Amino acid sequence: MTDRNPTAQTPVEIEDAAASWLERKNFAQWREADQAELEEWLAASWSHRVAFWRLETAWSRAERLTALRNPARTKIEPAKKAGPSLLLRAASAMLIAAIAGVWGYTQFERPNDTRYATGLGERKTLQLADGSRIELNTATTLRVSRGSDHRTVWLDKGEAYFDIKHNAANPFTVFAAGHRISDLGTKFSVRSDANRLKVSLVEGLARIDDANGASKAASAILSPGDVALATATSLKVVKKPEQELRDQLGWRRGLLVFVHATLADVAAEFNRYNETKIVIADPAVAQRRIGATFPSQDLEDFAVLARTSLRLHVEQRDGNIIISR
Amino acid sequence: MAELTDTDREGGESRSFRAELSVADVHGWFVREVLPLEPILMQYLHHNWRNKSDLGDLRQDIYVRVCEAAQKGLPENTKAFLLTSARNYLINRMHRERVVSIETAANLDDLGIAMDEPGADRVVIAREELRRLQIALDDLPDRPREAVVLGRIEGLSRREIAERMGISESTVRQHLMYGMRVLADLLSDDGHDPGKSL
Repeated sequence: MTDRNPTAQTPVEIEDAAASWLERKNFAQWREADQAELEEWLAASWSHRVAFWRLETAWSRAERLTALRNPARTKIEPAKKAGPSLLLRAASAMLIAAIAGVWGYTQFERPNDTRYATGLGERKTLQLADGSRIELNTATTLRVSRGSDHRTVWLDKGEAYFDIKHNAANPFTVFAAGHRISDLGTKFSVRSDANRLKVSLVEGLARIDDANGASKAASAILSPGDVALATATSLKVVKKPEQELRDQLGWRRGLLVFVHATLADVAAEFNRYNETKIVIADPAVAQRRIGATFPSQDLEDFAVLARTSLRLHVEQRDGNIIISR
Repeated sequence: MAELTDTDREGGESRSFRAELSVADVHGWFVREVLPLEPILMQYLHHNWRNKSDLGDLRQDIYVRVCEAAQKGLPENTKAFLLTSARNYLINRMHRERVVSIETAANLDDLGIAMDEPGADRVVIAREELRRLQIALDDLPDRPREAVVLGRIEGLSRREIAERMGISESTVRQHLMYGMRVLADLLSDDGHDPGKSL
């Protein structure tokens, strides 16, 4: 047993030495002399070899992750101090909310794109040829490229949930509100609202960046639970509990889930789905908070709750529901 | 013990001597056949060895032994060979350290069950592989992960990473080395719940 480890190092020390070699090989100048030195080290012992082979294999497996790289900014971008790197996170599925068109973002309308749209309160599911699935929420317009790949989607407005079959050779890309979201397989939802893009990653890895390269806000890699909030000039990533993401996706079952939400938010959310709008007439009332789950088109449910539990004044006027004290 | 096959690469002559395989052959076999079994090996060690801080050392020693043995001839069934080697190694080591307990000895028989599992474990489909990578990357501590993301995904040099992160190159090197090691461990960690989705 003694001859196996000529330098009498512990396995941990050997692994550390192997990592040191691997790091040098990948990140330092690597000359013939270095290679010879490495080979000598490897030849000294099986324990050196297995430790190095193991780390090297794991490291090359991680190469798959390079699919995340943004081709547009790989080389040209000058190195910056900190900043965007703080946003770099690895992720799983993505959920994107965007409000499109507002930034004068060029819509590359191409004759071959197929356009899909839903009306108010409508939902629709698209099945793509590669097995991927897209669910459109209320009042949503999106276009799917009709090339051989069908792997590019423009979310012009609204919200959609993507369940994507990963293909490393042909990444799936969503353009929304001036940003590009590239996924590495999995599930995400995109919502396009006023002047804000919201991307929540449920499962998988995704990258978000500026589609035109105009903004300095750079990009971020999202991991599960990450929610990226982007405007034309900023990009912020926050971590959300899984339950919150699940709630956010309640629309896929026709539900609106509110947790400690202001009535202003509740009204705005309902109004995305219904012709009949909820108007909170009193600013103080608008700031009251509730937690509840409603079918997205059941305004009656909400009206009853407002009247009975919140003891508010509820009135139908001009086809809208007016809520006040 | 698994049967060892006679490898007949060079024709009749070398066969009569049962010439050893080259290190390159063992390397290929190790990467292709042994490393993908690491989750199973670690699970086995985990179940059968009380002191969890030894597991990395045990794994390393077992790998050395299977490679040495494989040089004399590649086993027909790598999984059976690896797990049998693991069991023998654990038994030897328990004798040496006088830590045999009835419970531990009994558990060693789990080997049979582990070996009977369908062979699908090696066919890691691309999606699963990616998921595993994502989880592993996500589980790295912040700074090493940042260094790994910049180095592996963005393809930046050590110096560029240092500038980006606002730290010295030698610190970047430490983060990368740490990231490489932990990534290897995490990639063989099967303890994650695979069915996590919304």
